[in-house]
Amino acid sequence: MSRYFTDQHEWIDVAGEIATVGITDYAQEQLGDIVFVELPREGVTFSKGDDAAVVESVKAASDVYAPISGEVVETNGALEDEPALVNSDAEEDGWFFRLRITDTSELDELMDEAAYKSFVAAL
Amino acid sequence: MTMLKEGRPTAPVPAPEADALPQTVTGNRALMLEEALIFEIGSTDTTGVDFDPAPAAPSRLGTLARSKPIGLPGLSEQETVRHYTRLSRQNYAIDLGLFPLGSCTMKHNPRLNEKVARMPGFADLHPLSPQSTVQGALAVIHELAEWLVKLTGMHSVAMSPKAGAHGELCGLLAIRAALESRGDARSVVLVPESAHGTNPATAAFCGYKVEDIPATPDGRVDLDALKSRLGPDVAAVMITNPNTCGLFERDMKNIADAVHGVGAFVYCDGANFNAIVGRVRPGDLGVDAMHINLHKTFSTPHGGGGPGSGPVVLSEALTPFAPLPFVEKQGDRFVLVEEETAQEHHGQTFGRMVAFHGQMGMFTRALAYILSHGADGLRQVSGDAVLNANYVLRSLSDVLDAPFAASGPCMHEALFSDKGLAEGFTTLDIAKGLIDEGFHPMTMYFPLVVHGAMLVEPTETESKAALDQFIMALRSLAERAKAGDVALKGAPYHAPRRRLDETLAARKPVLVWAEPASA
Amino acid sequence: MRYLPLTDTDRQQMLSVIGADSIDDLFADVPAEARLSDKIAGLPDHASELAVERHMAALARRNLSAGEAPFFLGAGAYRHHVPASVDHLIQRGEFLTAYTPYQPEIAQGTLQVLFEFQTQVARLLGCDVANASMYDGSTACWEAIGMARRITKRGKALLSSGLHPHYVSVAETMAKFTGDALVYEAPRLEAATDIDALIAGIDADTSCVVVQYPDILGRIADLTPLADAAHAAGALLVAVVTEPVALGAIAAPGEMGADIVVGEGQSLGVGLQFGGPYLGLFACKAKYVRQMPGRLCGETVDAAGKRGFVLTLSTREQHIRREKATSNICTNSGLCALAFSIHMTLLGERGLRELATLNHALAVQAADRLAKVPGVTLLNESFFNEFTLVLSRDAREVVRSLADKGILAGVSLGRLFPKADAIGNGLVVAVTETTSAEDIETLAKALEEELA
Repeated sequence: MSRYFTDQHEWIDVAGEIATVGITDYAQEQLGDIVFVELPREGVTFSKGDDAAVVESVKAASDVYAPISGEVVETNGALEDEPALVNSDAEEDGWFFRLRITDTSELDELMDEAAYKSFVAAL
Repeated sequence: MTMLKEGRPTAPVPAPEADALPQTVTGNRALMLEEALIFEIGSTDTTGVDFDPAPAAPSRLGTLARSKPIGLPGLSEQETVRHYTRLSRQNYAIDLGLFPLGSCTMKHNPRLNEKVARMPGFADLHPLSPQSTVQGALAVIHELAEWLVKLTGMHSVAMSPKAGAHGELCGLLAIRAALESRGDARSVVLVPESAHGTNPATAAFCGYKVEDIPATPDGRVDLDALKSRLGPDVAAVMITNPNTCGLFERDMKNIADAVHGVGAFVYCDGANFNAIVGRVRPGDLGVDAMHINLHKTFSTPHGGGGPGSGPVVLSEALTPFAPLPFVEKQGDRFVLVEEETAQEHHGQTFGRMVAFHGQMGMFTRALAYILSHGADGLRQVSGDAVLNANYVLRSLSDVLDAPFAASGPCMHEALFSDKGLAEGFTTLDIAKGLIDEGFHPMTMYFPLVVHGAMLVEPTETESKAALDQFIMALRSLAERAKAGDVALKGAPYHAPRRRLDETLAARKPVLVWAEPASA
Repeated sequence: MRYLPLTDTDRQQMLSVIGADSIDDLFADVPAEARLSDKIAGLPDHASELAVERHMAALARRNLSAGEAPFFLGAGAYRHHVPASVDHLIQRGEFLTAYTPYQPEIAQGTLQVLFEFQTQVARLLGCDVANASMYDGSTACWEAIGMARRITKRGKALLSSGLHPHYVSVAETMAKFTGDALVYEAPRLEAATDIDALIAGIDADTSCVVVQYPDILGRIADLTPLADAAHAAGALLVAVVTEPVALGAIAAPGEMGADIVVGEGQSLGVGLQFGGPYLGLFACKAKYVRQMPGRLCGETVDAAGKRGFVLTLSTREQHIRREKATSNICTNSGLCALAFSIHMTLLGERGLRELATLNHALAVQAADRLAKVPGVTLLNESFFNEFTLVLSRDAREVVRSLADKGILAGVSLGRLFPKADAIGNGLVVAVTETTSAEDIETLAKALEEELA
C-alpha cells in the first residue's frame, strides 16, 4: 500500500483500485477541535478538485476537495458519533471516504511523504 | 454623658483569600443567583393567568382535539417574575456599561422610544386594518422614510426588510431585477475580502458567483485591482463604507464611477452609517442601494439578538424595482401600495419579501430617536462617535498594535491586532479578561484580514469617564497578555459562568430539554 | 442634547490626546466634495422629549386601534391579551439592551431563555427540535421550502391554496432566484380543504408540500394522510401555523407526521404592532437539524463543571459559511422570543388549554350568531377561532363601510386575493378572548343593516 499527499493536506492510501482519503495530522492541528464531518454519499462520482467533504470546527467550516477522480464506495460511519477521531487519529481511524479510482495517472501529480513533510516545513 | 455601647461593629475585618471563600449550600453568591429551567421548577398544572369561564358551546374542532400531554410547564406570576428577573441579571447590557462591539453600534437605547412604540394607537393596530383607519401609522412610515432618504441623499427607500441581512437581500434582488429588465443578466458580484460574511452569502443566494477584491496595505479596496477586474459580467460590487477596518474608503466615488462605467451597480453595506450620518450622504458617493440597520445607527434595542430592521435606500435607477408593499402620499392621504395597486404604476417591483409591511415597532422607535436628535443632533452623533473611537485608538496605540493607525484617523471604530502578544496568548484571552474587568468584549477575529483582530466601537453615547475606564482596563490586559500572565488563560473568573465548552455543544448538540431518565 | 454626554471640555481634551485640531479634521479621508459643511438643510433641529411625545401621540390618535372598536381581524395576526408582567420583564435593561449572546459567560440570561423557548416551541409544534426564532412566519415558511430543497435535492414545492397569500407571495419572490418551481392556486369557497388535490399532485419531483393549519379560511384538516403520501414519494411535509394558540386545542402538525413545522408566534406575548416585529417559529425532526436555518442554543458545561448554554452549530450561519451558507438570516427575533416564552410560562399547559377553549367557545358563539344574519352564510365545518363568512355581496366594500362606522369587521378575501373575483364575497372573521358578546352583537346588527 502506498500513501500519497496533496498540498491541500489530504492523504490518500492506494490499495489496488481503491483509495482511502483523509486529512493529515498537520491539518487537524490547524483546524482545532473537529465537531462534525459532512461526508459525501456513496455512489457519487468526483472529478479531481471537486468539493468532496466539509470539516467543521466550532467557528469554521473547511472544504475538503477530491484529491483524485473516482466514485465513492464507502464512507467512515464512525465519524458521525465521534468526529473527535479526526483529531486523535487523523491519519488512520479518522479516514473520511474511499474512492474507486478512475484515473491512476492522477496519482503521479501527488506528493510522497517526504515531499509533504518538506512542504509543511516551508509553510 | 451617657456612652451607648450597644450596636453592631461598622469597620470590616480582614477577609479570607478569594479562592478560600466559604461555599453556600444554595450555590447562590449573594446577589448572583442561580436559576433552574422552567421544566425543572414549573408544572403543567400550574398557571399564572386567570380566565373568565368559557361559555358552553359545542365543539367545531372536528376530530383533531389535542389529547396527549404537551409538556409545557407553568409558573405563578410571582415565580415567573422571579425566574426572569434572576436570568436577566446574568446578562451584560448597554444599560450596565460600555459595549465596545465593532460594527454593532451599541449605543444607548432611549426609553422615550419604548414609550412611543407602546402608544396603543401604534401597538394595538392590525396590519390589515382598512387604510382609512390607520392613516397615522402610514404617516409614521412615510415620515421616517423621508428622513432616511434625506439623510442618505438617495431617491427612495424600501421599508419592509426585517433586518440588515434581509436588507442586503432586498438590495441585491433589486439590482438583479434591474439588470434582467434590460436583458442584461450578469453572473458575478465582487466583494472585498474584509466584508462581513452576510455579503457573499447574500450574493450567492441571489445566484451570483462571488469574487474577492483585494485590499491595499492601508486597509482599503484596491481601486486598480477592482478596475482591472470590472467587466460586462459583473452585476454589482458590495462595499462597506466606512469599511470593516473602521476606515473611510477615500476612493468611493471613483469606485462607483468605474462600476457604473461597466453598467454595474454599487451596493453599500450601511452597518457603519453611524460614522457619517449627517456629514456624508452615500447618494453623493454614487451608491445605488444601501441598507440601514435601525438597530445600530438609530438606536432601536438589540433585545438579546433581535428583532432588527433593515430599510434599504435606493437610487433612482433601482427605485422602480423596490419590493412591495410601500407607503406613498397621494394628495393628502397615505396609501399602502400592495399587490393589486402596484400593477398600475409599480409593475416592475421584484415582489414581496415579507408578510405585512415591516417592523413598525422599530419605525416608531427610530422616528422618536431621529426627531429627538434632529439634523443638528445627528451631525453631532457621527462627530462624537468618530472622536470617541480616535481617542481610544490613540490612547492605546502605544500598547496594542494598530495596523492602520499610521495612515490617518479612523472612523467610528478602532482596529487592533494581536501582534506583540506573548507566545500562546491570544485576542480571546484579552477578551475574556475584559469580562472580569466589567466590560463586554470587543468584536474579535473580525475582519478576517487582520490577525487576531480586535475591533472597538465605543459610540457617541459614552462619556469620557467611561472611555477612560475602558482604556485603563484594556491597557492592563494588553500588558498582561504581552507579559504572558497565565492567569489570563482561565478568565473570566468572576462572571456567572467560566469559559464554556463549545466543542461539546457542537459535537453532542442538546437543543431541547429532555426529562432525565429514571435511575 | 440629552443623549450625547461629551462636554466641550471633554472634546478639547480628547482632541489634544489625538493630536487633531477639530472633529472635522478626523474626517479628512472623506473627499471634500462629499463632505457636508453643515447640518443637512430642510430638516428640523433637535427636540425635547415632550415635543417628540406630542408629535407621535398626534399621529397615534389618527389610528383606530383594536381596543377602541369591535374588532374581528385575524388572517395571520391575532389580538390576544398579554399579561401585564410580560411587558415589564422584557423592558428590563438586561434583556432589552443586551446583544446576541456570542460571549456566553455574560449572556446566560439570554441563552437560558432561548433554550427554554426552543423546548417550548418544539413541544407546542409537536417536533423534536426548534431554533431560536426567525424574523416572522412568512420568511420561516420560505426558508422551510429552501431546507426541503436541500434535503430532497428536488426543486418543486406544492403550496396549498389555504396558505396565507402573503406567505405565497414571499415564496414566489424568492423562488425566482432559487429556481424552485411552485405549484399554487387561490382557494375556493368550499368547506373542505385541498388536501386531496395536494395528495394527487405529489410526484417524484416534489420536494415538499406546504400546508397551513388552520388555513387562511380557518379550516382544519387532518394532515396525517398528506404526510404519508409525501413520505411515500420521498417528499417532505411542511406545516405552517399562524395561530399557535390553536395548538392548545388541536393536534400539533409534528404529531401528524410533518417534517418541518413553521409558524408565526405573534399571538403570544408580542402584540399586533401594525405588522412587526413578529416572531418566526421553526421546528423540525431531529435528523434534519443540521439543515435548519437560524440560530440554535445548546446545553453544555463550563470549566467549573456547571451547566450552561451557548449558541451552537454556528457553521450553518451566514457570517461563518459566507457564500456557502444555507440560508439568509443573521438576526433572530430575540426580544419577541423572550416575550413569547414568558407568556407561555405564565400560561403553562393548563392555561394554554383554557385559553384555547375560551377562544373556540367564543368563536362558535359568534359564528352561530352571525350565520343568523340574512345574507350571511358560514363556510366552515371546522374552525378554531377564525372562520369565513360568505356575504351576499362583495365583502371588501362591506368592510370599508363598517370601518367608517367604527367597526373593524374582519379581513375581506378581496383584500387578501385581489385577483380572485370568484371569492370576493368572503370575509375572514377572528374571535379571541378579547372579543366581547357586545362586540359580536354590534357586528351582527351592523351586517344586517349593511346587507339589507
